[in-house]
Formats: sequence, C-alpha cells, structure tokens
Amino acid sequence: MIDGSPELEDFQREVAGWLKANKPADPGFLLPESFMEVGTDRQFEFLRDWQRKVYEAGYLGMAWPKAYGGRGMPQAFQDIATQEMARQRVPFVLNTIGLNWAGPLLLQMGAEEDRQRYIKGILTAEDIWCQGFSEPDHGSDLGAAKCKAVREGEEYVINGSKIWTSLGMYAKYMILLARTSLAGPSKYDGLSFFLAPMKSPGIDPKPIRKLTGEYGFCQTYFDNARIPSSCLMGKEGQGWQIAMITLTFERGAAGGQAGGLSFMDLNINDVVELARRARRNGRPAIEDPLIRDQLVQFMIESEGNALMNARVGVQALTYDWPQAIPLTGKLRHSELKRRMCQFALALQGANGARYVGVETIDGGKWQRSYLNAFSSTIGGGTSQIQSNIVGERVLGLPKS
Amino acid sequence: MSAKIELSEEQAMLLDQAASFARDAAPMDRLRGRIAADDDDALWRQIVDLGWSGILMPPEHGGVGLGLAEVAPVIEMLGRNLAPSPLLATTLAVHAILTSGSTQQKAEWLTRIAAGAIVTLGLSEEDGSWDLTRVTALAEPKGETLVLSGAKCFVLDAAQAECVIVSVRLGGRVRLLALDGAAIRGALVRESVIDDTRRSYRLRLDGLNVDPSGLFPDADLKAIERAALLLTCAEISGGLAGVLNVTVDYLKTRKQFDKLIGSYQALKHPTVDILIGLERARSHLYHATTLLSRGDLSGADIALRMAKAHGSEAFAFAGDRAVQFHGGFGFTYECDAQLYLRRALWCQYQYGDERYHRQALAPLLLDGVGS
Repeated sequence: MIDGSPELEDFQREVAGWLKANKPADPGFLLPESFMEVGTDRQFEFLRDWQRKVYEAGYLGMAWPKAYGGRGMPQAFQDIATQEMARQRVPFVLNTIGLNWAGPLLLQMGAEEDRQRYIKGILTAEDIWCQGFSEPDHGSDLGAAKCKAVREGEEYVINGSKIWTSLGMYAKYMILLARTSLAGPSKYDGLSFFLAPMKSPGIDPKPIRKLTGEYGFCQTYFDNARIPSSCLMGKEGQGWQIAMITLTFERGAAGGQAGGLSFMDLNINDVVELARRARRNGRPAIEDPLIRDQLVQFMIESEGNALMNARVGVQALTYDWPQAIPLTGKLRHSELKRRMCQFALALQGANGARYVGVETIDGGKWQRSYLNAFSSTIGGGTSQIQSNIVGERVLGLPKS
Repeated sequence: MSAKIELSEEQAMLLDQAASFARDAAPMDRLRGRIAADDDDALWRQIVDLGWSGILMPPEHGGVGLGLAEVAPVIEMLGRNLAPSPLLATTLAVHAILTSGSTQQKAEWLTRIAAGAIVTLGLSEEDGSWDLTRVTALAEPKGETLVLSGAKCFVLDAAQAECVIVSVRLGGRVRLLALDGAAIRGALVRESVIDDTRRSYRLRLDGLNVDPSGLFPDADLKAIERAALLLTCAEISGGLAGVLNVTVDYLKTRKQFDKLIGSYQALKHPTVDILIGLERARSHLYHATTLLSRGDLSGADIALRMAKAHGSEAFAFAGDRAVQFHGGFGFTYECDAQLYLRRALWCQYQYGDERYHRQALAPLLLDGVGS
C-alpha cells in the first residue's frame, strides 16, 4: 500500500487490474523460478512472451528515459508495478541481466549510440543478455580472469571460456570481462569490459547439466572468436572498475534497474501454507510442535529482513554501520531461502525424498527449489565471499 | 500500511544524548570500579538530572510526558556500555503505577520519583516462571491489615528503593501491592546473579504485615510485560553493539602466527553473523517502538515477542563468541567480553527466553489466534 499520493494509489489500482486480467494461465509444465533456471525452449518462449506483454502494457522500464524506450516516470511508479507483480504471483520478467545489470550500466556510463542500440531490445526481450564474468577456475575471484582479448586491427580476438552463463543458448549479447593485458602492477589492471555479440563465429555456448538434472547454464567457449573493437566499453584496463559497478547493480546496492519481478519469490507464508497441506507422520505437519517452532523461527527471520529494509530509510538508526544492511542483503536473503526450502522437505515425511513428478506435493517444486537455491548462495559471489566482503568493508576487518 | 519503522524527533534526540552520556559518563574502563564499589549513585543522580527517570511521567508530576518508545533509545545506549543504573527497574515500576495505580498512588509516588526516588517491581518467584500471572505469594486480610507470605525474586535495586511493588494473590486474584522500601529492608537478601552490574534481591514476604492502602486498583500485567520486553530488548540491542565493537577491536589488533586474527575466516564470518544479529535486533526493537507509539498493542505484542526471541539468541551468541575469540584473554575477568556475555545471559533469561516467546508466537502466527 502507498501513503499519500492519490496518483500513485490510482496507478496501483490500474496495475493490479491489468495483472489480474492478463496473468497467464498455468502452462501445464513447471515454470522456472528465475532466469538462471530456464532449461527448455517452451519455458523460454513462455517467459519471453510474458516480458514483452508487460513491457507493452507499460510496466517495465518505467523510470528509464523515453529516448531509449522507457517512460521517463518517477521510480515510485515502477516500484509499485513491481510490488504488484510480486503480490499477484505472476511469472518473472526474463531478461534479468539486461534489465537489472547491463541496462542500468549502459544508462549510467554507456556511449549514446550503445544506449540507442541496446536498451529497447532489453525491454522488449527481443535481445536477451547474458553475463561472462566467472571462469571455470575462478568462480568468486573475478579479478583472476584468464579469458584473453587481443586487439587485431578493428577487432578483438577472444580465447578462453566463461562459465555459469545463464540464458547462454538464447542470448544475443554478453557482458564480458576479459584480459587485454598481463602487464600492470595488479591483476585487476589488465581487464577490459566488452558488450559481445553472442552470434559471432567462434563463440560456442554449451549447456551445463545442473544438480537438478535440468539445464539452464552454459559454459561459453571462445575459440579465436572475433568481435568488433567497438564492443569495448570504456577503455582497455577499465574492466574491473566497470565490472564492480555492474556488481553493485547485481547486489541491489544501487538503484537504476528497469524493475519488474525478477524471480518467483518463495516466502515463509508459502512454507506455512505447505505445512498445513503436507503430512508428517500421519498428521498435518503444522501440528508437530518442533515444526511449529521452526516455522516461527523462519517467520521471525523473514520479518527481520523486511524490517531491516524499512530501517535503511531511518538515518539516525544506521549511523554506526551504514553499509551493514545493504551489503548483507544477498547473504541474508539467499541463505534464508536455501534453509526454508531445505526445511520444506521435512514437512513431507518420507515423501520428502520424492522428486519432480506427479506423485510429489506441488509437483516437486520444493525439492527442485532447494537444489536450485544454491544458485543464489553460490552465484554472484558465494555466501562465504559475501561474509568476507561484509567483514572487511563494513566492519573494517583485515583482508583474508 | 505506512512505514514499519519510524523514529520521532524526541527519540532521535534522546538517542543522541544518551550515546554521548554513555561515552562520557559511563565508559567501560570505569565499569569494574563501579561493580567493585557496588555503587552507581553518582550515575543515577546524573540520570535523574537529565530527566530520564521521568520520561514516562506526565508533566503535572514533574515528568516529560512521553512514552516507552522514548525510553528505549536511552536504555539502548546505556546498554552499549553496560552502565549500571536503576533506570530500567524504576521505569518499569513507573509504568506499573501509571497503568495500574490509583490517582492518589500516582500523586504520592510520581512526584517523589521525579525528584530521584528509586522504585522497583517484584514479580518473579522461586520457580523461575516467566508467566507473570503465576503468583503464589499471598496477601490475607487480618483485621485492618494484610498479612503477607511467600517470596519474590529478582527484585532489582530493592535495597535502594523507596517503594517495591510486588504481585500477590488476594482472594484468588493477582494484585499489585506497593510496599514501603524502608519497612522491608530487613526482609531482603542479596541474590547472586550472572550479570555483575545488577543488584538483585530476594524479598521474603513471610511475616510482613502491611496497610491495604498499598493495593493498586488494577493489575495490568500485560502492560508490565510489554514494557519489560521492550526495555530488555533495548538493552539487548545496545549490548550487541557494544560486544561487537569490543570483538572487532580485538580482531583488528591482535596478532597470531604473524597475522591479525581478524583475517582468519573462522573468526571473521561469525563476527559478520553477530553484525547481522545486531541489525536484526535493532530493526525488531524500533519496529516495536513504532507500533507502541501508534497504540497498536496487538501488533506490538507480536513485534516484542519476535524482538525478544531473536535478541535473546543473538546477544547470547555474540557474548559467547566474543569470549571465545579473545582466546586466553577471554578467559580472564579483565576481558570485557565476559561482562557482555553475562549481561546477555541475564537478558536472555529475564521475561522469557527465545523458546518461550516462540511458543507464545506459534498460535498467533500459525493458527491466527488473537492475543
């Protein structure tokens, strides 16, 4: 709900009405919960259609400039639309890397012609984006990237590989961190940032089978791949700095994203609701005192996360460790979700051991969600790396 | 619904004022001296002069006329440095007088408290129950007087108090009864409690013969519990910030194996967990003050139980880890970590631990049963 502005209240009613009328019907197959889990063409097409529909209705990129396909409106409108999408449990908008990371990056520091070229396609989902930061040997340590980019005339020649490329099979562009130099005092100095066309010869995204048995990520191989030198963003050697800015968007520590629901949020109320239906030892799980205690613990933890977001706006209550709440966000939310999904299996008694299929409660959604939950506790910097970052940047502890 | 956390100008001002006061008047390096001398009179006089013991009291009784939400930041900031004072006990007693006392009782006590009198509550009993309605101490009419029996425990600052308000059972009902401090001195025995900064007493009621004019017309134990939870949570939040600072300072200065120990992830990561525990605790606390200020009592009851359940656990964890991370020094009395651990354990087991409050929350949150 919104206080005050009648304009915003009207708008909320408008979005709510549109979503109610246009929420897609159950497709008859288990949908992914985030862009990292899109494993089949039918899932992809379904979600791409949905994003286009949301954009065409005017509820995506509302605060982005009109010149590039946005609506140039105050952020408050987009926030309301996004909240309403979450409330009505509609599918997420697919093009997450474009909408939330590459797009805001281009708007903040991209060249004018790049904005003209890329932003609209990000919003319509015509141009899907992926990210090439992590490498097989360097998951969380991005600065150690080995993938090479060598300038030859008007082109860069890329060799190496990137891993965990979500939507790699479908992407038209990749934000790519590659090494243009081995010189320089630190490993970070030799990195450069590219907006690389995925359909270039020599770029080969190969699907990786996940722990769930499904697909959704690629390892992207570069074998003498040639991309135009105009794909370089900023200057050679600025790659680390640009990647760090991208990560502030990824971690949600900076505004500017296109908005829209970017993943299907499972919250504690879903788990409580499951506890009413699921049976443990012949009774509804919610009647078991140990289960009840654990549910209450999760409810307190979830409420605490929400309250922390509320406290960020009260400056007098954040002066001790001003970065503590924003910088712990990913750690808190991803770990809570992982533990909640893990616990959801315990509600099912022996049926906790089932997997995706018709006999399993909710089609096996919880089992799959638990296994997929590691994507957030590992991806984007593991929880352990997050703890290092918080310890060092917030508490000022010495580097590990 | 509007914002879940709001801070009034008065709260912000008191937060600031109390933070400077704790730093200047109650630094950690003077705490052991105060504990050894068993004396916090000087600190209490300053607190009274600042008007903090009268925050709850209406202006006509010499108070400030604000609410519990405004006391919380003061208790929180004093709690950072474990400052010993009868402020918490006195505020709870004032709250009991305001919510359950007669006009005459208010007139009698509040003006004295504004002038610096210490008052306190005696609600607990020997079985250690947190249910404030579970009272076995008795008051029986005998002629013009009441004959008391039983005992009350964890009566804070009772030897200094001019008035001790106890819960007793009279004719099957739980009643609050104000006892004259001077008349019960001989019935007090100092208790050994885990938090060295507390002066806690057992009050033996057997054989006391008192005037029934001390009986309060009401006994709003829910209101007392609410106030007690709020102020204990404020103390927890402050203590968490204090123990985090102590731990971080040590991790940034102590070297082992030629490295600052804060660089070891085995210490760094749990310290981050303490930080998150603190940030959660403060958020729950100020959400509760926000709801209390709005008069949303059923919302506040849930918020307070959540705050106490989380805070009890988080502060106890922080104190426990703080001792461990100080290594050999942590095993000594000289190390501040133990003071925080002991404070944490005190707070954890006053007015319900985490399990107690989760159990109370379960029907409210899971079965939609109203409080």
